[in-house]
Amino acid sequence: MDPLTWTGSLAFITPIFMIALLLLAATIAIWVVVSIFSAGTRHVANADGTMSLAGNPQAMAALGVRLAFLAVAALGLAYLVMGLIMGTEAGIVGAMSRQMWPTWLALVTLFSLSILFKRRLGLYGKLFDSPIGMVGFTLVMFWVFTGVFAAMDLIATHDPLAQASGMKNKVPGTPLRGAEAGEYAWYLLGGDNLARDVFSRMVKGAWEVLKYAPLATLFAFMVGITLGLPAGYYGGKLDTFLSFLANLILAFPVILLFYLLVTPEIVATGLPQFMAVVLFAFPMVFCGVLIHSRFRTQPAKNTFWLLLVLGPIFLLYMSLINAQGSKIDFWPLDFFDIPGGVLVVFVSVVFVNSPTVFRIVRGLAMDIKTRDYVAAAQTRGERPWYIMLWEILPNVRGPLIVDFCLRIGYTTILLGTLGFFGLGLPPESPDWGSTINDGRKLLSIYLHPALPPAVALMSLVLGLNLLADGLREESLRD
Amino acid sequence: MGLFILRRSGVMIITALCLTFIVFVMTNLYPNLEKLAKTEGNFRMSDEAVASWLDKNGYGQPMLVKYGQWLGVVPGWQRLSDEGVTGRCIDGAVSEDEAAQAPRFCGILQGDWGYSTRFKTDVSEIIQTRLGNTGYLMMWVLILMVPSALIIGVLAGMREGSATDRSLSTLSIMTTATPEYVSGVIFIAVFTSSTVGLKWFKGTATSAMENPTFENFFLPVLTIALYGMGYIARMTRASMTEVMTAQYIRTARLKGVSFPNIVLKHALRNALIAPFTVIMLQFPWLLNGVVIVESLFNYKGFGWSLVEAASNNDIELLLAISVVSVVVVLLTQLISDIGYIFLNPRIRIS
Repeated sequence: MDPLTWTGSLAFITPIFMIALLLLAATIAIWVVVSIFSAGTRHVANADGTMSLAGNPQAMAALGVRLAFLAVAALGLAYLVMGLIMGTEAGIVGAMSRQMWPTWLALVTLFSLSILFKRRLGLYGKLFDSPIGMVGFTLVMFWVFTGVFAAMDLIATHDPLAQASGMKNKVPGTPLRGAEAGEYAWYLLGGDNLARDVFSRMVKGAWEVLKYAPLATLFAFMVGITLGLPAGYYGGKLDTFLSFLANLILAFPVILLFYLLVTPEIVATGLPQFMAVVLFAFPMVFCGVLIHSRFRTQPAKNTFWLLLVLGPIFLLYMSLINAQGSKIDFWPLDFFDIPGGVLVVFVSVVFVNSPTVFRIVRGLAMDIKTRDYVAAAQTRGERPWYIMLWEILPNVRGPLIVDFCLRIGYTTILLGTLGFFGLGLPPESPDWGSTINDGRKLLSIYLHPALPPAVALMSLVLGLNLLADGLREESLRD
Repeated sequence: MGLFILRRSGVMIITALCLTFIVFVMTNLYPNLEKLAKTEGNFRMSDEAVASWLDKNGYGQPMLVKYGQWLGVVPGWQRLSDEGVTGRCIDGAVSEDEAAQAPRFCGILQGDWGYSTRFKTDVSEIIQTRLGNTGYLMMWVLILMVPSALIIGVLAGMREGSATDRSLSTLSIMTTATPEYVSGVIFIAVFTSSTVGLKWFKGTATSAMENPTFENFFLPVLTIALYGMGYIARMTRASMTEVMTAQYIRTARLKGVSFPNIVLKHALRNALIAPFTVIMLQFPWLLNGVVIVESLFNYKGFGWSLVEAASNNDIELLLAISVVSVVVVLLTQLISDIGYIFLNPRIRIS
C-alpha cells in the first residue's frame, strides 16, 4: 500500500484552486477597502424617465467577489464529487469524501426537500432566503449528520479507541501496517500519539458533542423559562430573590466552578446528583404546568394528557437521577445509569447556562406583560400561569430560538473547555476538547492530531452562530 | 446617586460573602479534607487517624465557625495538647504564654491568607506574584482588544449593510466562534511549529515572565484578545447602527455635515456607551481565557495557579484565588453600573 497524498490524481486541480482562493482573498480585500471610501451605488435618471443604478467600483468589486467565490465553491465541490466517485484514487480528500457519503446524501436530500417546500415551512423555510443562514445551516447539519452516522458506524474508518502498532504520530495518509482484509487500509488524517486514527476520533467526537450540547441547552432553557417567566411577570420580591441568585451564579468564574464541581471527591459526595435532582425536575414541572394551565377546565382531557406526558418523563427522570451504588439508589425501575463523570459535566453545563437564559426570559416577559393581549387575557380571568405559558411564551419564541442556537454553540465551547482541562469526561473519550488537549503537547512537531478537532469545533460553532444570525435576520423581517 | 452606589456596594458585599461561603463549603467538604490529611500526614492513614488529624488541625469544627475564622471575624481556634498550644494563629506548638500573645483573629480580613501546600509558601506571596504576571498579560490584552474591537464595530456599524459591515461582521462572528483553546492551537501550529516552518513566534511564554518580548508574548495576548474582540465589536456595531438611524444624525446630514464628521463628532460618543458596559462585563470570560491560555502557553500566572491549586487540592490557595476572582468580577460589575450612569445623560438627569 502506498501512502496517500492529499489530492491524489486530482493534483492538477490544486494550482487552479490555489489561484481561485488567492483571487477570492484579493477581491474581498478590494471590496472592503472600496466600500469604506466610496458611498455605494448611485441612482441615475435616464432620459426616458426611468432610473437605474450606476455601475461603480464597488459594484464591480462585489461582482469580482461573487465570481471568485463561485470558482472556489465549484472547485471545492469538484474535489468532493470526484472523491465520491474515485475514492482513495483522489487522495485523502477524496477518500474522506467517499467515507462521508451518508452525510452528503442526507444533506442533499434535506436541502432539496426544504427548498422545494420552503414557502410552507414558516421560519425554517425563510432561512433558505438568507445566504448567511444557509451557510450556517449547512455547517450545522453537516456535523449533525456526520455525528449521527458516525454513531451508526457508517463513517469512521477505525475504532476511535483502538491503537494500531507502528502508527504513532504518523502523518495523514499513512497506510496501516499489516492491514487485514475488510480493514480500512489507511489512517486518513494520520495517527495521534497513542496510535489511534485521528479521522475516526474526529467524526466520533461530533457525536459526543451532539449527545450533550443540545440536551444540556434544552435543560438550561427549561430551567430559565420556568423561573424567568414568573420573575418577569410577577416582579417584586420573587424577582429580587431569583435575580440575586442568578447574579450570584453569573459572578462565579465558570472555570473555577468547573474545577470545584468536577472533581472525583465532589462526585463522591453526591453533590452533582442532588443538583441533578433539582435541575432535571424543571422539565417535568414545566410540562406539567404547561398542560395543566391549558386544560384546567376540562378534567378528563387534563388527566389524560398529564398522564401521557408526565408518566414517561417521570420514569426518565427517576432513571436519570437514580444510579446504582451512589447516594441516590432507591428506585426499582432504573433503566440506565449515567456515569458520575458525565452526569457532573452535564449538570454543571446546565447550571452555568441557566442564569443567562433566566435573565433573557425575565427581560422579555417584563416587556411583553404590558401588551394589550396580556391585559385582555387578564380581564378574561385567565390564571397567571396560563398567561405566562400560553400568551407570553409563544410571543417571545423568536429571540429564544435565536438564543438557543447561540447557546448550543456556547455549550459546545464549554464542553470543549472541560475536555481541554481533562475534567469529567472519560480520558479516552474522543470528544474534541480532550483530543485537542492530547494533541497540543506535541504541537510543534506533529500538527495533525490537534488540528482536525480544532477546526471541527470551530466550524460547528461558527455554523451555529451564522445560523442564529440568519434566523434573527429573517425573524426581524416579518 | 450616592444612595445607588451605597446600595450596589451592599449587594456586592452580600454576593461576595455568599460566593466565598459556597467556595469555602465546596473546598472543605469531607472527601477533600480527607485527601488533604492523607497528603499532609501519610497515605495509609486509617479513618480514625484521618479524623483525629483533622480534629487536631482545626478542621473538625462546624462549617460556619471555620468560615468565620477563615474570614477573620471569629477568633482562631486554639488547642492545648502535650506539646504545647497549637492554633490557627500560631506557628507550630508554643507555650501558653506565647499563645496568649498571639493575635486572636487571623483571617483574610487581617491579611492572613494561609499557607499553600502545593508551593510551600504563603498564599499571599503567590497571589501577589501570579496576579502581577496576569495583570501584565491582561493589560496588553486590553490594549490590543478594546481599540481594535471598537474600530471594527464602528466601521461596521457606520454604514449598515455595506461591504465593510458584512465582512467585518463575519470576521467578528468568526472570532467569537473560535474559543481560546482552538485559536491558540491553530496559532501555535501555524506560527511556531517546524512543520509549517514560519517560526515567527515562540510556542511558550515561560520566558515572558522575566523578559516579555514581542516574540514570546504576542501569541498569548492575541489568543485571549481575539475571542473577546468579536463580542465587543458586535455590540459596538449594534449600538452604532442604532445611533446612526437617530433623528439628530439625519438632521446633521441634512445640514450638510460631512460623513467623517458625523461619525466622529456626533455618533461616536453616544455609540460608545453600550460597549463600555460590555467590556466591563467581559471580565469573567477573560478570566476563563486567562486560565486556558496560561496553561496552553505555560505562562505561570493567576490562571495557571488556579489549575495547579485545583488539581493538587491546595485548599487555601484555591480559596484565595476564588476570593480574588470573585472580587474582581464584582468590582467590574459595580464599575460598569456606575460608569453607565455617568456616561448616559438620560439616566443621570432622572
